[in-house]
Parts: sequence; C-alpha cells; structure tokens
Amino acid sequence: MKVTLLKSLLLAGLAASCFNVNAHRAWIVPQETQLSGENRWVSFDAAVSNDIFLSNYNPGRFSGVKVHAPDGTPTEVENMHKGKYRHVFDLALTQEGTYKVFTASNGLFARWYEDGKRKWYPGRGEAFSMEEFKKRVPKDADKLTVTQFSRRMETFVTLGAPTEKTLQATNKGLELIAITHPNELYAGEAAKFKFLIDGKPAVGAEVVAIREGTRYRNAQQEISVKADENGVVTLNWNGAGRYFFEAEYQDNKASAPATVRRGTYVAVLEVLPD
Amino acid sequence: MKHYIAPLLLVAAAAPSFASDLSVSVELPRLQVAEYHKPYVAVWIENDSNKVVSNLAVWYDVDMRNNEGEKWLKDMRQWWRRTGRNLDLPVDGMSGATRGPGTHQMRFSLEQAQLQNLPAGNYRLRVEAAREVGGRELINLPFTWPQTKTTTFKQAGNSELGAISFTINP
Repeated sequence: MKVTLLKSLLLAGLAASCFNVNAHRAWIVPQETQLSGENRWVSFDAAVSNDIFLSNYNPGRFSGVKVHAPDGTPTEVENMHKGKYRHVFDLALTQEGTYKVFTASNGLFARWYEDGKRKWYPGRGEAFSMEEFKKRVPKDADKLTVTQFSRRMETFVTLGAPTEKTLQATNKGLELIAITHPNELYAGEAAKFKFLIDGKPAVGAEVVAIREGTRYRNAQQEISVKADENGVVTLNWNGAGRYFFEAEYQDNKASAPATVRRGTYVAVLEVLPD
Repeated sequence: MKHYIAPLLLVAAAAPSFASDLSVSVELPRLQVAEYHKPYVAVWIENDSNKVVSNLAVWYDVDMRNNEGEKWLKDMRQWWRRTGRNLDLPVDGMSGATRGPGTHQMRFSLEQAQLQNLPAGNYRLRVEAAREVGGRELINLPFTWPQTKTTTFKQAGNSELGAISFTINP
C-alpha cells in the first residue's frame, strides 16, 4: 500500500517536472464575441485552470497580453486586474472588424542529466532566452534533448462584420488559419480550420475542442480530430457555447541544436445557436 | 434557344404592373411576464443560397441617445449575420421604432421591396424577433417567385412571434 502511494507520488512528481506533460489548460475567455453598435467594450477573463471555464487554479501570466486591431495595428487592453485565480481586463472596440487578443512565445527547451540528476531549461514558469540557454545548457551533457517549442493562445472578438486582416499567419510556430472565420461559428454548421507549423501544413496536428460548463456535466464531451494531409481539420460542434480549443503538433524537423519541434495552440471560440 | 427564354422570362416578371405589391403581417403576442420590453424585430427575404435580396423592416430602439439601441441588434442573430452587420443604420424606410403586442401590417411596392428585378426561383421571407430578458424566435416562409395570382403564405410562431402572413399581389 505504502509502496504504491510512494510510487504514484514519485511518478506524479516526475510528470509535473516534464515539459508540457500534464500541463494545465490556460485560456483567455471573452464575455461575448459578436457585437453591434458603436464604441463597445468587451470584458475578458484569463487564467490557468483545468475546469472550463472555471478559474480555480492560478491566474497565470497575462500582463503581456497583446491585441491586434482590425486594421492590423497593435493596441492594448485596459483595466488589467490580477486576482487570486484569474486576470480580468477590458478591450475598447473603436474600429469595426475583428480584433485578435493573444499571447505567443517560442524558444528552445533542454533536458539532460548531471551526476545522475535530471536538469532542464527553462524552468517551470521561466521565460526562454537564447543567452541563458547558451549559458546554462552544457553542450555535451548526458542524454541531452533539445526541443524547439512554440506556444500561442488566442481569442477573437468582432464589432460589426468580421474581417480577415488580424487572421494572417506569422509563419512562426503552430498557427491557426481560418477557413471558417473564428467569429462565424454556428452550432449547426461544421467549421474548417487549417494549421501551419512554421508556415507549412501541420499534418497530423491533434485538435481537441471542449464546450464550456464541464462542471455541469459528467463527461468532458471533447471533440477530437486530426489534421489531414493539408493541415485541415473539420469540426462538428456539440451545440452552442464557448469552446476551449487546443491543437498540438510534434515532429523531428527542428533546427539545430533542437532535434524535436513542438507546437501548442489554444483558442477560445464562441459558437452561437443557429 | 434556351438562352433566349431566360432573359425574356425575367423581363416579363419585372414588367411594371400597377397593382404589384407585397404585404406582410406580423403578430407580436401579448406575454404574461413580470418585465416586458418590446422585441426587436427584423423582416427580410433571402434566396436559396442564403443571400439577402430584400431588407423590409427592422424595429429597434432607434431613438436612444448615442445610438445605444444598436447594442442589441446582434441578438437577432440570423438577421445580424446575413445583413444587419453590413448595413449603415438607420436605413430610411426600413428602420423603425419597436412595436408592442398586436398585429402589425406592412405593405411594400415591388420597388420599395427592391424586388423589381428579382430572378425567378425559390426564396424565403424571414421574420426574427429578440426580446430583452426574453427569448428569440425565427420564422421562415418559403415561396417561389414570381406568382401569377394573389397568394398568401402563413405560419405561426410559438414564443416571441404570433401569426405571420405574407401576401404577394402580382
């Protein structure tokens, strides 16, 4: 009994220390996504939590959240508040069209052994920098593996008619290309998206979509799909609501010194009733 | 030969006929609710590929200061998606104040309804209502165009809309 408990604790500890294994879900949730009228505001919650969208774990790091206005220019959120479990902020919609609210990062992640002990860089919650990487990761370390990673988290809100300018790819990391506009999602209509990894189709990317309100039902009811040979996925929604939408991709086409390339993409998408 | 027939039919359908008009009747039910706000209502016509060919009416809080009444237009979700979000409101002859319970009659000449050059085919008249602290309902009345004699299409809603009828008077 004791042995089993100890084992499972050790395993849990190991899992928690591994890059992106058992990582918590993180999200930026808009209160609404399609708006009419003039000079409107949207309020957002952002947090790290596995319960969708219940903020009960930690507020994450969202002070650097970015916004692109419909004309493509950067703009900023207002009234940023950090609470115990979530961030709350507002966005003033001064232009007609689609705004993108997002965070994006990329870099290298290294794992190795030193005197039989497991080491890694960057540490949990630490941001990547190439300088630090060069300083801290020994080139000839025991069992060294270097992963090229990209993480992107997005959500979209539209005042008036949806526009395309903020949906353009940067061709860096794992990105979503809208075939169906992310603010044109309806419960009875299939949605199509394309995934790119560094600008090329992310063939085989694994996508999961989970409708909000998991605490009010007994199953996650996730929709799981895999990107086809063009990086395209088609989703049939489980009814109206806001969805946690996550894509993961991994291959061996990394640039040296990395040997593994990995991308994660998260969006919160609102699906309206027909 | 066929190539010539189609345009001729079109011309025939579009030829001015003095009595040509459309009338639409929309019933808003009297609801037993603690807090009642008059609903936002939109009436429009779409072709069979969901393209809007005619915007007949939109009733909303046109008189609120700073156009604040436009905030709830998107609650008429289909109308907003298909046409509302592309319009510069208010539109003369189409926008109007909200109306209370009762039967509301509207009459349009083909010109007013932007239907003079409507190609023959399948269409639907759509009526959508959305009410603050209430619900939303969308009614579709399919019809074919043109009609050779006076024809009425009817349907009834069961929550936000009552009897809806639509008469083409060729």
